[in-house]
Amino acid sequence: MTVLEQERIQTQSTSKTFRVIGRRVPRPDGVDKVTGRAQYGADVKLSGMLYGKVLRSPHAHARIVSIDTREAEALPGVKAVITGKDFKPAEDRVERSGEGVVNYSYLSQNVMAQDKVLYHGHAVAAVAATNPHIAEEALARIKVEYEVLPPVLDVLEAMREDAPILLPNLRTRELGEPVSDRPTNIASHEQYARGDVERGFAEADVIVEREFRTSTVHQGYIEPQNATALWNADGFITVWTSTQAAWDERRELSEILHVPISNIRVIPMEIGGGFGGKLNVYLEPLAALLSLKAGHRPVKMWMQRDEVLKATGPTSASVIRVKVGARRDGVITAAQAWLAYEAGAFPGSPVGAGMGVIFAPYRLENLLIDGYDVVVNKPAAKPYRAPGGTNAAFASETVVDELAEKLGMDPIAFRRINAAKEGDRRADGPVYGRIGYIETLDAIANHPHYRSPLPAPSAPWCRVGRGVASGFWFNWDGKSSASAIVNPDGTVSYLEGSTDIGGTRASLAMQLAETLGIDYTDVRPMVGDTQTVGYNDATGGSRTTYGSGIAAYHLGKAIIRAMKERAARLWDVPAEDVDVDGDTYCYGERCITFKALCAKLEETGGPLSVSVSVDTHGAIPALATHVVDVEVDIETGKVSILRYTAAQDVGRAIHPDYVEGQIHGGVAQGIGWALNEEYVYDADGHLLNASLLDYRMPTALDLPMIETVLVEVPNPNHPFGVKGVGEVPIVPPAAAIANAIYRAIGVRMTTLPMKPSAILKALGTIP
Amino acid sequence: MQAFEYVAPRSLDEATHVLAHVGAEARCLGGGTDLIAQMREGRRSARVVVDIKRIPELDALKFDPIHGLTLGAAVPCSRIHSHGAVAAAFPGLIDAVSLIGGIAIQNRASLGGNICTASPAGDSLPALLVHNAHVLLASAQGTRRLPLSAFFVGPGKTVLRPDELVVQIELPAPPAGFGAAYLRFTPRNEMDIAVVGVGAAVVLENGLITQARVALGAVAPTPILVPEAAEALVGKAPSPEVFADAAAAAQRAAQPITDMRGTAEQRRHLVGVLTWRALQRAVERARVSQLPQPTAQ
Ligand SMILES: Cc1cc2nc3c(=O)[nH]c(=O)nc-3n(C[C@H](O)[C@H](O)[C@H](O)COP(=O)(O)OP(=O)(O)OC[C@H]3O[C@@H](n4cnc5c(N)ncnc54)[C@H](O)[C@@H]3O)c2cc1C
Repeated sequence: MTVLEQERIQTQSTSKTFRVIGRRVPRPDGVDKVTGRAQYGADVKLSGMLYGKVLRSPHAHARIVSIDTREAEALPGVKAVITGKDFKPAEDRVERSGEGVVNYSYLSQNVMAQDKVLYHGHAVAAVAATNPHIAEEALARIKVEYEVLPPVLDVLEAMREDAPILLPNLRTRELGEPVSDRPTNIASHEQYARGDVERGFAEADVIVEREFRTSTVHQGYIEPQNATALWNADGFITVWTSTQAAWDERRELSEILHVPISNIRVIPMEIGGGFGGKLNVYLEPLAALLSLKAGHRPVKMWMQRDEVLKATGPTSASVIRVKVGARRDGVITAAQAWLAYEAGAFPGSPVGAGMGVIFAPYRLENLLIDGYDVVVNKPAAKPYRAPGGTNAAFASETVVDELAEKLGMDPIAFRRINAAKEGDRRADGPVYGRIGYIETLDAIANHPHYRSPLPAPSAPWCRVGRGVASGFWFNWDGKSSASAIVNPDGTVSYLEGSTDIGGTRASLAMQLAETLGIDYTDVRPMVGDTQTVGYNDATGGSRTTYGSGIAAYHLGKAIIRAMKERAARLWDVPAEDVDVDGDTYCYGERCITFKALCAKLEETGGPLSVSVSVDTHGAIPALATHVVDVEVDIETGKVSILRYTAAQDVGRAIHPDYVEGQIHGGVAQGIGWALNEEYVYDADGHLLNASLLDYRMPTALDLPMIETVLVEVPNPNHPFGVKGVGEVPIVPPAAAIANAIYRAIGVRMTTLPMKPSAILKALGTIP
Repeated sequence: MQAFEYVAPRSLDEATHVLAHVGAEARCLGGGTDLIAQMREGRRSARVVVDIKRIPELDALKFDPIHGLTLGAAVPCSRIHSHGAVAAAFPGLIDAVSLIGGIAIQNRASLGGNICTASPAGDSLPALLVHNAHVLLASAQGTRRLPLSAFFVGPGKTVLRPDELVVQIELPAPPAGFGAAYLRFTPRNEMDIAVVGVGAAVVLENGLITQARVALGAVAPTPILVPEAAEALVGKAPSPEVFADAAAAAQRAAQPITDMRGTAEQRRHLVGVLTWRALQRAVERARVSQLPQPTAQ
């Protein structure tokens, strides 16, 4: 195996040198993870525990006429059966949650169908029994009578006036207000407008206009959803689950179960991937209600893979039309887009984010962007890494590539002419802070990959090509809390509340250690739960290293203040006169290290613990530019990725390994989305490929070693310069690969996935 | 999954006795890579699971250059492809067994299981057909031996009776100038089901093809041999044109369907592409096998 030289480009020579930040230290959870000792939801075992299973709809769209659970209840070992009737309606109210918003009424109907099932796999009943086999057998004894309705499975068809209606009370909203009283599948229409696109197109020398389609894809986390719940006799509910958002889930449980949040404790277990798909509840409220109904016995539930694919995630299929015009000198004069995203069964596709992403890398005077959120008979869409971004960039970055080609310009040079900088205004309103887009373009333009000739094809029937694309992601800041115990041995026990999904225990502990001037190994991080640490927004939106990092910084500052007081007490001097430099506290000539001071806690006021809660602001978006070499077998249509390099403005790489890991992961998922992943439905709306055998995520053999260039343009709003890094890497790959395929075979691919049969069709080889 | 009984007979007699006794409610367990998944998904049920891995005949792998290869039905793929002499003599088979699943699957998956599952897309099937395989079946009544081409009846269906099991698969020793290859097309590079699979075998003598076999997978209810493709080859010197004639014959013989994994048109097209490429590779190997071989192993 070749070990790749991973590059780091520091754009701002800071006088500051860091003690811990920027090092590749071992992760605190490493040993437990590699030895299998880490506690995941599947490891939860409680005395008297029951096992729950869900009965799911075999239809994509149907009215539930009746459910007869008597035979299931009569089966020995069955302790509880629930259906939609056991759920009191939740309020039809929208609140921010995770990376997006949540409507509790829809969420409740998603976890358990009420009068209608809206997708193949929609939950209709659940059973708790003394073992999982009995629970499964009980499911077979539940009789559900359905009146099957025609499904609608495509966004454009769902938008037609004569389409079957999923939600009879749904009305189209614009800017939050209903605009018609007609039943519809179009949940919302939003628009961003600036300047005058007609005039802009009139000024253009070249205009490219195309329509794109993308398929439904799943986040593909390896650990299935799971939950164990105990609804205790005292009315308190404890839930052990795999989640990115313990506090959001507590709120959701409260709304769905009509129990105050103070009666609910959500304990996030280790998580085997989420990518946005574990921001909302699925099994948690079912397990809780079963526990109540079974006489307060704990109930454990976990999904099988087909349930994960049928009923959780995925992200939206979409239709996107893009029109961009440019002058001969390379300046873009106008950009227009029309986006329609499938929300699945309930409103809430990431079309708004797609509208923000679609032209974000560019400075535009004239733009017009329309977006539609449309319900269809598929599972309710959930966030997936830069939600809506990959779809949007696939469309816009293909058109940008084509414009460059028509103008006879290098695709990077063309982008550079139009690149957004600090002070430019985004389509969705905000003005850019210190972004590093141009720096990523330059990093690719100067990279040996981009400067090297294409490799020769490996066979006479193969063609090679190179493509480039850029991407944008907003990045989030949000609220975080943390607390610390300063131990007499000089270590700090650090309790934070962000689920560690990508190495954040390490990158947060590093920021605390840096702030305190102590060794990384002297900070002992641990992830708390809703009962043990203050509120934390979700691990999502690329916010954790940023927002929880700021909390770690403030926690460190609070510890330093307290330690100054301890030193002051020790020497009987005023605390404000104690100076701190790194881990050393001084008053005049007298100095003491952090560690030594810890040994004196007893005599200077006793035990020391500190907590902070912060509402952070100042996240700066991430921008990235990718280059890829592909080889296309023109006889089979198969596309192989030969080489892949991603340059990204990462602000400051706190832990370079985990930043690179995020880029590798995002690119890998982007390649899967580009080449083979898709939900395959039959005409009746049955999902045909609900297994990882037929839902073709890339395996290790489908991916090259992915090269990264970490471009560090520090964020001035963060004490260490952090920008979110986790999501943007999934945005450019589909477009970069489409552009590379075009250079290889001369055909513009406008539909995802660009699977072998689609390539053969585009080449005219097969009908 | 429902509760079942598990038995692990130590002899063929014991095994056939259990099968005779339990009948259709018994299921043989080889590596379990099909059976366990099917039972968990509720696609198959069994009252008695008969683990056949401890039966000596089913666990044996015997090869000699005169009599050929006798493969116990439960021998896992990895034992086949790690056997140097077998790998050299049966290149088409080796292509197939190195493709099935991935390394972990190959450590369990058997060819008995692959042929009894009788998926039209089973990777070893076309390869075994071009290696002219026979199967030995046993029941309490005795044994019968038949060509593998007579074993398959339809998707998931074989001539095996409920009281019978496959004991071994027999491959004749390849003649001098023999070369074979198996190629499949899958969108992913591993962990995928063949959209089309093609096996090809040739014997070269004095620059001419004197024997040939072409077999197709995933384009008919069972894997099929294509005699018309063989006819297009025999008596000719290998050339791109001759391969193309055979490929066209293979395309005519294919009866592909459209399903989630590929369309009929795509499959018919791929039959042509893969037949051509498999023949090219088989001929290359036949040429190499004619070169003086190092004798010491
Ligand atoms: C992840 C994964 C990837 C896979 N990839 C591939 C692939 O690439 N190509 C491919 O062709 N297959 C693939 N398979 C399917 C499977 O691995 C193969 O079919 C394998 O050869 C089955 O062998 P086994 O020993 O595991 O069979 P088992 O599961 O033990 O048995 C399969 C069936 O055959 C019967 N059976 C087994 N042995 C006998 C016998 N001696 N006599 C009578 N009946 C018998 C069993 O009762 C059962 O019905 C894959 C499976 C998995 C899980």
